Amino acid sequence: MPLIEFRGESAGYSGQTVLSNLDFSIEAGERIALVGESGAGKSTLLRLIYERSGANAALVPQEFGLVQALTVFHNVYMGQLHCRSIWRNLHNLLRPRRDDVAEVEKVVEKLRLGDKIFTGVGELSGGQQQRTAVGRALYHPGDLLVADEPVSSVDEHQAQEILETINGEKNTVVIAMHDRALAIQFSDRLIGIKSGEIALDVSAAGMKPSDLDSLYQVGSS
Amino acid sequence: MTAKKSSSPLARTTGIFFGVAFVCACFSDLAITTVDPWAEFSRLLAGILTPDFFSTDSLMLSLGYTLAFALLGVALSNIIGFGLALLFFSRTVRVFCAVIRSVHELFWALIFLQLFGLSPLTGILAITIPYAGIIAKVYAEILEEADPTPLQALPYGTARISAFVFVRLPDAFAHFRSYSMYRLECGLRSSAVLGFIGLPTLGFHLESAFKEGHYSEVSALLILFYFVIATMRFWMRRPLLPVYLIIAVIILPWGAEFSASNIVRFLTEDILPHPLRDPSASMVEWFHLIIIEQAVPGIIATLQLTMVALIATGLLTMIFFPLISPLLLGPKARGIGHVFLVITRSTPEYILAFVLLQLWGPSMLPAIVALALHNGAIIGHLVGRYTEQISLRPDTPAGANRYFFEISPRVYRPMLALLFYRWEVILRETAILGMLGIATLGFYVDSAFADLRFDRAMVLIAITAVLNICVDAISRKVRSYLRLQTSLEHR
Repeated sequence: MPLIEFRGESAGYSGQTVLSNLDFSIEAGERIALVGESGAGKSTLLRLIYERSGANAALVPQEFGLVQALTVFHNVYMGQLHCRSIWRNLHNLLRPRRDDVAEVEKVVEKLRLGDKIFTGVGELSGGQQQRTAVGRALYHPGDLLVADEPVSSVDEHQAQEILETINGEKNTVVIAMHDRALAIQFSDRLIGIKSGEIALDVSAAGMKPSDLDSLYQVGSS
Repeated sequence: MTAKKSSSPLARTTGIFFGVAFVCACFSDLAITTVDPWAEFSRLLAGILTPDFFSTDSLMLSLGYTLAFALLGVALSNIIGFGLALLFFSRTVRVFCAVIRSVHELFWALIFLQLFGLSPLTGILAITIPYAGIIAKVYAEILEEADPTPLQALPYGTARISAFVFVRLPDAFAHFRSYSMYRLECGLRSSAVLGFIGLPTLGFHLESAFKEGHYSEVSALLILFYFVIATMRFWMRRPLLPVYLIIAVIILPWGAEFSASNIVRFLTEDILPHPLRDPSASMVEWFHLIIIEQAVPGIIATLQLTMVALIATGLLTMIFFPLISPLLLGPKARGIGHVFLVITRSTPEYILAFVLLQLWGPSMLPAIVALALHNGAIIGHLVGRYTEQISLRPDTPAGANRYFFEISPRVYRPMLALLFYRWEVILRETAILGMLGIATLGFYVDSAFADLRFDRAMVLIAITAVLNICVDAISRKVRSYLRLQTSLEHR
């Protein structure tokens, strides 16, 4: 049985259709990269997938969605807010518990933020903030990770490292990426979106970045 | 009529308000009635220049009381206001908050004076209640404007409380803290003014020192007060707050007793309309007296004074803000400007008006000047700070040309936003200044209390509150019509 299934559906917001004729499914264990021009509807599709999946999915939004006034620890810990009692959450908010810090530390270290764990997010660079947002999604216990451009603010080398970590930690991954080479390298299925429709849905094996050119050209399809 | 068709809503609104203020000013009594105001002024100036910190031994104690009332009142109103802010989705709570904040601290104090006498409870509650209403509104707005994106990234099934304390609260907390500091400054001013109705704060000594002409003592009291406010950033530390609050509770003179029967009588008898208690009195006459002879003239005078003070505040703001603007003045001149604005805005309108009344004699002029000076200094400070964000082109003109062509057009909109935001504050304060003898609503309220006509006092206070709520609503309409916005930090 597929994890998520779309059968000829449309989606949009405030009365405007952004995506139409969605007809595809996602199986557990797949690593999917969403590619296409900005504004094509990638973010809308990601949100749709995320909303369908409930507590099983962790989200890395494009704008990070971090609480600036809190530390890296707190922001990452928020990935498991729903699993803990309110008292434990309050305790951690005021005085981080040693066991929870140890758990969060494991995730944070993989993202090379170990020395920043108790730094306020507001003081971090854009790249560090992005890694914090990824950390929060990794700390989320769900099997599915939905991420919107999760490596847009880090350099090539770090991007490789982060995507590797994501693939290593999560069973099913759906990521929107503008870097075609990375998309091909770190996924096994490519979904290309053009003008609100799925224009491409292929296995990533053996693909070259130039094979995706048609998605970015005006006029042809 | 040569009115231009293309005149902007901003210019038109300004014109209308100027017109209204002009008409109001024409009907206002703006005379200086004292025989020789300058002689008294020079005596005052001499006193101000020779402060005497040892004239009374109660100086320090009254400063302590002023701090104690302010700290306890603001701390309590923070707790209550925060709780109310969480319930702000309810219309009932919103209306309740609007009502309690529309009644000035001094009116609340007059009411509680009847219930608890000069017990510290009177002073604390007089600050707590209206402040809780204000804080609830501001905190609710802060929470509403919190960044929603982290909320969307939360795992499904996160409990509402967890989501609230992790996402909403942390970012809002910094705003709460800075707003609380501002409120504490307001609380200190309110607390000082409470002395004018008999509580043992600075205002009490200020009034008697002034009336007796001990201007050196006046000077010492004011200098201490400015010092406390100016150094607030240094002594107001969060870990110290519990210590301060405990000391506040300890030093306040709790000895005064109040009787339960008194309270019951006030609430169940005294505030009922007189004709209900005394069948021989006529209800029609009672109403006629309150509405026609007191409320109507009181409302007219209050509105009249408010409009003149509003425009005068705007004009003074445009003069005051350059004093601290780095685009217009050098660092030395700005330093003097800062000191001037800090002193002017730290002095409560009530005290300014009181001083000017002693110098100039009773008319509307002292009230207008006091309101314009105090509020102009507050808004001028904010507008001056705002100019720090303006970046000018390299070949920009200097001097007056820069002020009129580059700076003024840029600050006019934010200035108007702040001015209209303070309109309601100015009105509330205008009503209160009546207690100094100017015929605004506060005058009639004060006389009703003095004559022990509590029923009348309550009706008049209610009328003042309604007036206040109306002006608040109009101000909101004007601001949304002109699309004027005030940022959080400017409230």
